[in-house]
Amino acid sequence: MRRIKVFGSLVKDSIDVITHGSKKYHIWMAVLSFVMLVGMYCYSIQLDEGLSVTGMTDRVSWGLYISNFTFLVGVAAAAVMLVMPTYVLKDVDFKQAVLIGEGLAVAALLMCLAFVVADMGGPSVLWHMIPGIGVFNFPNSMLTWDVLVLNGYLFLNISIPFYILFTRYQGKTPNPKIYVPGALLSVFWAVGIHLVTAFLYQGLQARPFWNNALLGPRFLASAFAAGPALIIVVLAIIRTYTLFKIEDKTLKKLAMVVTVAAQINLIMLISELFKEFYAPTHHSESAYYLFFGLDGKTALLPWIWTSISMNVLATVMLTFHKLRNNFRVLFFACVMLFVAIWIEKGFGLIVPGFIPGPYGKIAEYTPTGIEIGVTIGIWAFGAFVFTMLAKTAIKIETGVMQYKNKKST
Amino acid sequence: MVTIILGMSSNKKWFSLNLNSKKAESEDTCGCGKTSGGCGSHKPAIGEEAKKDGFDQVFDVKMDRRTAFKQLTASLAIGAGAISTSCSVISGDETKEKAQIDWEEQFKGNYKLMTNEEKNGTVERLVRSYQLRTGKTISMSSKNAEKDVLFGYAFNISKCQGYMDCVSACVEENNQDRNSQMEYIRIHEMKDGKGFNFNEADDNYYHEVPAEGHFYMGTQCFHCDNPPCIEVCPVQATWREDDGLVVVDYDWCVGCRYCMAACPYDGRRFNWSKPEVPEEEVNKNQHYLGNRLRKNGVVEKCTFCVQRSRAGKNPACVEACPTGARIFGNLLDPDSTIRWVLENKKVFRLKEDLGTEPKFWYFMD
Repeated sequence: MRRIKVFGSLVKDSIDVITHGSKKYHIWMAVLSFVMLVGMYCYSIQLDEGLSVTGMTDRVSWGLYISNFTFLVGVAAAAVMLVMPTYVLKDVDFKQAVLIGEGLAVAALLMCLAFVVADMGGPSVLWHMIPGIGVFNFPNSMLTWDVLVLNGYLFLNISIPFYILFTRYQGKTPNPKIYVPGALLSVFWAVGIHLVTAFLYQGLQARPFWNNALLGPRFLASAFAAGPALIIVVLAIIRTYTLFKIEDKTLKKLAMVVTVAAQINLIMLISELFKEFYAPTHHSESAYYLFFGLDGKTALLPWIWTSISMNVLATVMLTFHKLRNNFRVLFFACVMLFVAIWIEKGFGLIVPGFIPGPYGKIAEYTPTGIEIGVTIGIWAFGAFVFTMLAKTAIKIETGVMQYKNKKST
Repeated sequence: MVTIILGMSSNKKWFSLNLNSKKAESEDTCGCGKTSGGCGSHKPAIGEEAKKDGFDQVFDVKMDRRTAFKQLTASLAIGAGAISTSCSVISGDETKEKAQIDWEEQFKGNYKLMTNEEKNGTVERLVRSYQLRTGKTISMSSKNAEKDVLFGYAFNISKCQGYMDCVSACVEENNQDRNSQMEYIRIHEMKDGKGFNFNEADDNYYHEVPAEGHFYMGTQCFHCDNPPCIEVCPVQATWREDDGLVVVDYDWCVGCRYCMAACPYDGRRFNWSKPEVPEEEVNKNQHYLGNRLRKNGVVEKCTFCVQRSRAGKNPACVEACPTGARIFGNLLDPDSTIRWVLENKKVFRLKEDLGTEPKFWYFMD
């Protein structure tokens, strides 16, 4: 009974926190809401006319939506890089950051689900996928695995922070015996979501560009670079604009994680390039298209070379301690890395898988305005959700927002 | 090699996961008991789908970025709308009937898992719905695979001249979307002396054929015995029937297009917008798994003209080919032409290394 009362008060206080803030906060949320509305409008056009309003065709049947989905699974998985040291290795440096990381994971997962729904031809019959009511093709279809692991991970990333915040809200200390097993599980689960998502592509013998044993490991490496890079930037923003204390030490440790992951990612990239270009076969054509263009079709060239330059530059900058420990350089490198990997996992991975087609046809893909509108709308939605989660969490963590037990008695 | 495979197949030992192991006691008949041709008593439902799309779209607008559970809620809302219409005193009997059909169609199950009665039920609803909406009567079959039938196809590269009569016959027979010019068959024009070089082939030519110094070959869905596309479908909306046809339940497909990514043969097509066929061009002899009218946002593909092949006829492409390059038949019938070709010609299949076991062979005279 008491718990329900506390919960009710928590919800009330949270709404209070979310709806009140500085002018900058209100402007930020208003801008996000506006972008979301634009996205919804674009989506309503897509529902009305069909997916023909996107740049996708029978030849390139997945595009911007699935690209963003793939990338965001990685961002969500990267929360583990904070969870593991904090809960499992008991490294206090990350304690402040971990709730933020988990909030980011929740936002990223919701965006993943939104992108999948946006990509569906028949969103109104998605209930066909609900086990028990519909037909769930488990374990044959990797997509069903993905549905399970993503929703499981979403549950873990909601329940663990909720437990911690709920106890802190009451002024108590969370019991590690309750949350550490969950945290431990989420560490393995995070690796799982990204590997399963990679297997979605890796398991297709029809697409040699994806049908490659390095795909899964490379997903992990790039995710553990891009995700924490985003977290560093977010933490930097949070500590500038709120009272929430994040020590330099935390950022520096995170930067170390980003650096190692980015280095491993580059090594794997070199391995892939070597395999594709040292002794090129028929199966290297997608890579040729991606990096050099085929038959004068070169739509992806600017993207991939931007991505690779940024990737290399950022990794080099991060590798030198002096540069990495300078926060301006660090933030700049993190932003570059994030964008580079977004391109690499999106345009650089999903689109060339379809080009050339099964019979060598080279049909290029360019996203349309409506597609981009929906995509930006979903990103705004993610930022919106994250802002709300982070704001509440920070207020509880800093002790500003607490259950007023004494008052009521 | 071929004989070995065929030998195995007659014992039903194909390299494949037979998803449809439930088996075919079900048999031939559509509701009316006729085993071939259209029985004329059922009808399909195209406009029906249009209407449903309308419902979907109205609700989907509000459903931006929600999870599948939310989608279910929306589906229920659609149902509630249908109920309220059907209970309304003001609306006419026909409106109520339409609403009733919409309701039942929205919540019907996967065709693959239906009993014969349920199959007949949905077919009758679709026929009636089409009648209510257009005033026209179509014939739709739900005929199951027959025993001891396994369909196979052979393509004579020496004969094909690239006329593309097969392509137009296919489009007309199968009610494909005219706006997007969807075609199941692609004819590849290849240069003599270059072998099977698909990279340099042209599958979109508009000149007079046969062009000097070129040869032609066609591709379409190969109805693999071990189809990668059916494994990846998250909802089992596509499967291999007992007679070897790889089919799609258009009403169960959620439109994720994973099967298109998984197909190594470019065999699948997606309805990127609402497919349109002028009323006078609609082929009214339909099958639930074949050429019935499709809707926006679902995948479709060649079915070896299931509405014809299960009625003992050749697919439209075979019938239309002016050169006799296309051969179709029952692989389990030792006297069939297809068996003769496989036993007496040097046949090959595309991308055999992928282990997909296509039931579509190429050969030369």
